[in-house]
Amino acid sequence: MFFRCSAAVAVIAVLTSPALAQGAKPTDPQIAHVAYTAGVIDINAAKQALNKSSNKEVKQFAQDMVRDHEAVNKQALDLVNKLKVTPEDNDTSRTLSKQASDKLAEFEKLKGAEFDKAYVANEVAYHKSVNGALETQLIPSANNSELKNLLQTGLKIFQGHQQHAEHVAADLK
Amino acid sequence: MSPGRHIAIVAAVALAVAAIPAQGATIQISMENLEISPAEASAKVGDIIEWINRDVLAHTATARNGDFDVTMPPKKTVRLVLKKAGSVEYYCRYHPNMKATLKIEP
Repeated sequence: MFFRCSAAVAVIAVLTSPALAQGAKPTDPQIAHVAYTAGVIDINAAKQALNKSSNKEVKQFAQDMVRDHEAVNKQALDLVNKLKVTPEDNDTSRTLSKQASDKLAEFEKLKGAEFDKAYVANEVAYHKSVNGALETQLIPSANNSELKNLLQTGLKIFQGHQQHAEHVAADLK
Repeated sequence: MSPGRHIAIVAAVALAVAAIPAQGATIQISMENLEISPAEASAKVGDIIEWINRDVLAHTATARNGDFDVTMPPKKTVRLVLKKAGSVEYYCRYHPNMKATLKIEP
């Protein structure tokens, strides 16, 4: 529970941080960067789980995360290349990355069932917050229609991931 | 004709019909943008379901009752011959928010 809450609060805090909230909406290059970064974070978390976990269901879930997020990020890269947009690093991306590396370090110390629970609970919370940010901020702020479409597809995928993670979390109890 | 014989003949005919390998129809169901379309499809035993995955993601068609579990790689089409009647709810194991029903008549 601690992990779930702390992670959720942290990500919500980031996604509503001054970087995005202050004044203007995020620009398309910033949105693209945040979305891509969020995908990379989840891929790294999954790779850690693949190394550390020996639970079949957890490993299967982690493999699904790597496969889907790599596919979505590839689409995102194809799109930014096509649109000739350079994703722009921003405070939200930086804070997300920093928090993610802190989480990786924190989880690296855990073992067995303790790790599995922490990883899956964090996946539930992480997807929930990213989905919230997509719905309320990133999608409404996106100008380019193709970027908006990709984010909308991403939202559906990540909602599926959230349900999948909730299912795994329930099984771990 | 006694009722008993009648039933026997009907049963024999039914068996014979069941034994003929039916040349079933092909029913296409697409998976695109994480939506299964049509979400409700009807078919008969012996028909072929063609799931067309138009997404860049892998999907599955997994029956809740365990009747089938088909995996569709990204941008691929996978066929399945229906062998058992019933109203089957299925979903994608990777994206459980993708749900649909297949009504399979005998």
